[in-house]
Amino acid sequence: MRYLFYPGCSAEGSALEYGTSTLAVLEVLGAEVEELQDWTCCGASVASTMSDLLGLVLPARNLALVEQSGNGREMLAVCSACYTNFRRTAAAIVSQPRLLDTINQALEVEGLTYHGTVQARHLLDVLANDFDLEAIAARVQRPLAGLTVAPYYGCQTVRPYSPFDDDQRPTSMVGILEALGATVHRHNYEASCCGTSLLTTKPDVGLQMVGAILEACEPADCIVTVCPMCHMNLDSYQDKVSRLLGRPLRIPVLFLPQLMGLAFGLPESALMLRRHVVPVSPVLAQLPES
Amino acid sequence: MATSEVINLTTVKRDPTFVDRLTPAGRLLSRCIQCGTCTASCPAAPAMDLTPRQMWRLAQLGFQDQVLHSKAMWLCSLCYICHVRCPRGIPLTETIVKLKQLALQEGIGEWRESTAFYRAFSDVMRRYGRMREIEFMVRYFLATNPLAALGYAKLGLTLLGRGKAHLELPRLGGEGRLDRLFERVAELEGQR
Repeated sequence: MRYLFYPGCSAEGSALEYGTSTLAVLEVLGAEVEELQDWTCCGASVASTMSDLLGLVLPARNLALVEQSGNGREMLAVCSACYTNFRRTAAAIVSQPRLLDTINQALEVEGLTYHGTVQARHLLDVLANDFDLEAIAARVQRPLAGLTVAPYYGCQTVRPYSPFDDDQRPTSMVGILEALGATVHRHNYEASCCGTSLLTTKPDVGLQMVGAILEACEPADCIVTVCPMCHMNLDSYQDKVSRLLGRPLRIPVLFLPQLMGLAFGLPESALMLRRHVVPVSPVLAQLPES
Repeated sequence: MATSEVINLTTVKRDPTFVDRLTPAGRLLSRCIQCGTCTASCPAAPAMDLTPRQMWRLAQLGFQDQVLHSKAMWLCSLCYICHVRCPRGIPLTETIVKLKQLALQEGIGEWRESTAFYRAFSDVMRRYGRMREIEFMVRYFLATNPLAALGYAKLGLTLLGRGKAHLELPRLGGEGRLDRLFERVAELEGQR
């Protein structure tokens, strides 16, 4: 398995632990991963709001870089918003072939040409479908026995351009979590929205959305997620949500590769669990000594 | 506009070409049968001044001002649940992106707490090529309500303490990393 890694802005900033643990876990699983050179922002939800063309050109710039240096390696994205932008751009080029010409007129100033051949993969897709569950289970040194985990997929991980799971009732994480020895807490908010930027622009609404997810996950010992935006919202606003709900609510939120790394016995330097706002220590205390 | 407000069809200004301006996705709006699946599915609908269903009906009928001045679109977090559930196959989420785009272009002044978000993000992206989270938040709060930043001060300090946020000096002069690409896109958009 060989991948060209597009970290995206969060995974080298606020969610550095996500990018770092992703690389560590893929290495344990025997994958060959290299970071894409000279990548730039995918445009997030902002570029397409500023202009249609900008919303295609910013993702296409990175797709063109992958095409140029990929050598048959697939593009790996860890952020669901980046992933959606790359997939949305690919879909637009397929449905309107003349777009590629316009995109290339823009990319000319960057010295790039895109031929429309790249399809980004999400980390969850790669973990769930490129590796056998037996291979994952075989790497476990510290089984997560006794740990109940609430999977949280978020919205853009599974829709609308994502072909690898159900777009409303996803299940990709279940097999992986069970292979690690954990018990899975299924709930009704697994693919609902974390509120994204509403936590900044319309906090009263965003906090309600985060609160609903946290309450659904409460029976579990921790939440596991695969998107830096989801993680930021679920991990950082628990104090404010507790005030809103009028009762204390505190549940650790881990990235999936961090939890896998814990089970694989990887060190803190690879997992960076201490960066989270809600301490992960109660989860660690529940695990057997490695 | 409050949802209970009565619209007088004979006096309110309508633009029958409004739906065409929402191309390509918006043209499909004529398919909408007002079933309300979008409203029932939307996690933010309870906080909207117009529900998604009402907004699509107003758009179909060309009530441009009522739609573009509403708060509803700014509560959309692009979760695509209406898009995947729409029984008529209308790409509703991307039509909302188009509505936001028109509202920004027309300089609609309400909901500045949302519109400033897009401008600040775009400026940082253009300057550095990648997001700088702290500079973006500073620019955003300066453009909206610097006092509101106080509500985030405790969290900000926690994030700095955990190493999740980094202070970097802004680079003010000189060419931005994506200036030329942004300029070329603007030229090309002008041509189309």
